[in-house]
Amino acid sequence: MIGNFALSILAAGLMTLLLALTSLALATSIGLAAAFAKLSGNGFLSGMASGYTFIIRGIPDLVVMLLLFYSLPAMLNQGAEAIGLDIQVEFSPIAAGIATLGLIFGAYMTETFRTALLNIPKGQIEAAVAYGLPRLRIFFAIILPQLARLALPGFTNNWLVLAKATALASIIGLHDVMFRAKAAAEATSMPFTFYLIAAGFYFSVTLCSMLLLSIVARRTAAGMRELAS
Amino acid sequence: MNWDIIVENAPLFIQGAKLTLTLALASLAASFLLAVPLAFLRNSRLPAVRYTVTAYTLLFRGTPLLVQLFLVYFGIAQFGSIRSSFAWPWLSSPLVCVLIAFVLNTTAYSTEIFAGALRNIPIGEIEAARAYGFSRWKQATRLLIPAMLTRSLPLYGNETIMMLHATSLASTVTLLETTGVARRITLDNYIQFEPYVTAAGIYLLITFAIVSAFQIVQHRFAGYLENRTS
Repeated sequence: MIGNFALSILAAGLMTLLLALTSLALATSIGLAAAFAKLSGNGFLSGMASGYTFIIRGIPDLVVMLLLFYSLPAMLNQGAEAIGLDIQVEFSPIAAGIATLGLIFGAYMTETFRTALLNIPKGQIEAAVAYGLPRLRIFFAIILPQLARLALPGFTNNWLVLAKATALASIIGLHDVMFRAKAAAEATSMPFTFYLIAAGFYFSVTLCSMLLLSIVARRTAAGMRELAS
Repeated sequence: MNWDIIVENAPLFIQGAKLTLTLALASLAASFLLAVPLAFLRNSRLPAVRYTVTAYTLLFRGTPLLVQLFLVYFGIAQFGSIRSSFAWPWLSSPLVCVLIAFVLNTTAYSTEIFAGALRNIPIGEIEAARAYGFSRWKQATRLLIPAMLTRSLPLYGNETIMMLHATSLASTVTLLETTGVARRITLDNYIQFEPYVTAAGIYLLITFAIVSAFQIVQHRFAGYLENRTS
């Protein structure tokens, strides 16, 4: 019996990983866009990006999730009612989960990417401009490879925190590892066993990610000389 | 919009904010006292000591706080021997369980922050202290601990905010801190928008205060580490 419940918890690992990886993709896109907006020199764009990172990083993950899952549809429905539309907006837990984690970690990624971009020597980009390289070539040939190397430690850190933060989606009813562990704990009155299995799942995700990303770090740092060590 | 319901429930929100602050401050204070010695043990020359502390920080930083909280609050009841022990009245209280989980979690993060700062103290400073004949205790209290803490300030500031935000998880085990109050009001009044927005505003305000405080402290005590522009 313990075995069956344990299997159902681990099977929900797919849902947790789906949520984590989709949110990561969203967060990375938002982070890149907002980092470039902050450094664009355009007052409106950088102001918008700064406001976004300030507000998101000032509110707990759980509250952002509750806002997106409960408050946003409630507001949209009130708005629709006010203009005489008869529709009911409702978000699925997975959609609200992806939107929440994407928005939150987008803000952390923004800071990671912004610092990395600032650390790319300006002379290289000036040289590329002087040689008349098109902007897309500059981005893909000069900025991106260095951004990958410089942002990787921060990126790794954000991913590790994100993977653990997915557990919050169980609170809005997503059938992830944590949700199944709670169900098993309540059905068997063996809460310690099943939450420990859930903990083991998250811990192995952490360990695997650390291993994988350290290999990536070695790849992206190929050709860099270690200074005096 | 039903903002008058929020106004009516303002005393509840104030109590909630108080509990949020109490939880965060109590957890941070207890974890600070634990993390400072643990940071030294984390860098101990004895492998057994070093690896034990590393295993602790890795385990608690590698699993979600929500799981840790549920393990303490719901999990402990699985063991009959604990349920019949003298400690049960405390261990069955959500407040105590929340504090245990928060302290264990934030101590793991703080230990790594402090231990990292300790490794980054220039060796020359330590050699100078030895050359002046400082005892090991004096080295620690006069040099290592102050240098470690000032170097940790930016990261420790982040950890403080993480801890503040983490207190919202206490609402999942029935505590009525800021998030718990917001949830209670949504359920009692069938409004979904205003309570959560109010809660978000409260957290934003506290976060802003903490960030400003750390900037002042940073400037005052860690100014010597800043890049001089002349």
